[in-house]
Amino acid sequence: MEKVTLKYRNQQWELPAGMTARDAIKKTGLLPESVLIVVDGELQTDDVILKPGQQVKLVAVVSGGAA
Amino acid sequence: MKCRKCGEKAVINMRQHKLALCREHYLAWLPEQVERFIEKYKMFTHTEKVLMAVSGGKDSLGLWHILKTLGYNAEGLYIGLGIDGGAGYSDESRALSEAFAKEHGLILHVVDIEQKYGATIPELAVISNRGQGKPCSVCGLNKRYLFNRVALEGNFDVIVTGHNLDDEVAVLMQNTFNWAGGYLARQAPVLPGGAGLARKAKPLCRIYEREMTAYCLLQGIEYIYAECPHAEGSTTIYYKEVLNQMETDRPGTKLQYYVSFLEAKKAGLFASVEDKAVLHPCDRCGQPTSAPGECAWCRMWDRVRLVKTTVPVSPESVSLL
Repeated sequence: MEKVTLKYRNQQWELPAGMTARDAIKKTGLLPESVLIVVDGELQTDDVILKPGQQVKLVAVVSGGAA
Repeated sequence: MKCRKCGEKAVINMRQHKLALCREHYLAWLPEQVERFIEKYKMFTHTEKVLMAVSGGKDSLGLWHILKTLGYNAEGLYIGLGIDGGAGYSDESRALSEAFAKEHGLILHVVDIEQKYGATIPELAVISNRGQGKPCSVCGLNKRYLFNRVALEGNFDVIVTGHNLDDEVAVLMQNTFNWAGGYLARQAPVLPGGAGLARKAKPLCRIYEREMTAYCLLQGIEYIYAECPHAEGSTTIYYKEVLNQMETDRPGTKLQYYVSFLEAKKAGLFASVEDKAVLHPCDRCGQPTSAPGECAWCRMWDRVRLVKTTVPVSPESVSLL
């Protein structure tokens, strides 16, 4: 089965291609509301279907400190 | 998903507004929303001098960018806290803030706490014994104090911070769970100035954290992505995750919570617990304090000077601008 790679901070998941980004996020255990989806460098809505070989970066939106 | 305004490919879907937008329309929509709230809550005007509290994070840099886009007169203030966390956290956030200011032709004032006063925030936390081993308490005390002093010394009309809706509802939830009436009565989009305190405003109080992240990504704003090493496991982050679970299940929960709170407050729900404390000028530095005598900031540095000889004898007299 062809895979797609999702990265979030220092974690990484290999998931089957063909599902929506929202479903993929749920499979990682992250909350769809807590991340944004960047596919091959482009910001995307979470209904996008993930294709084999794509690099998917999940960008954390939650911050709790001030530098 | 298509942009509701033009039918092009959307880059963000805001379920709480039932609104999906393309890059172009999103980058126009967000500053319009911020301006709407600045006006609605009477935060500041185009003729006033704004001091933007800059941390190098997405919210402060994104908001500074928006204020510039909207034509406001906003100078930045970065406070160097001396937090390393094994990754040069403060150094990186300062470098990003300075690079942003340079790129956009903005004035950034920098107050480095160690350079000015002889100790970093983590050192202060240990020596002063405040905050139960975590530096967040002394960090907050120093930031509040220094922002106010710089605002007054520099004749700024208002201090603006990048607190977003997620920050506001996390605090609101914590204060609701504790029935902290005084804190609930004080939480507001704008805190009026007076008695030695500068006015404070939060133009992002109704903007989701997610929306600010998207704005920075789309504008190509480089911000510090790493968490403050001391924020790990914080109560605020815990509440934010709980609220995001609720938002995932029921879009609009966070916004509804905040807006209903403001309406209840306006209707007088917290009137009986409103803070009527009289502020006094500190005997040493003149900054406002709730109890007569010396303020908490002066007392803290006195304690630190007993241990660290690098701390000046009169830290309150060190010029900031």
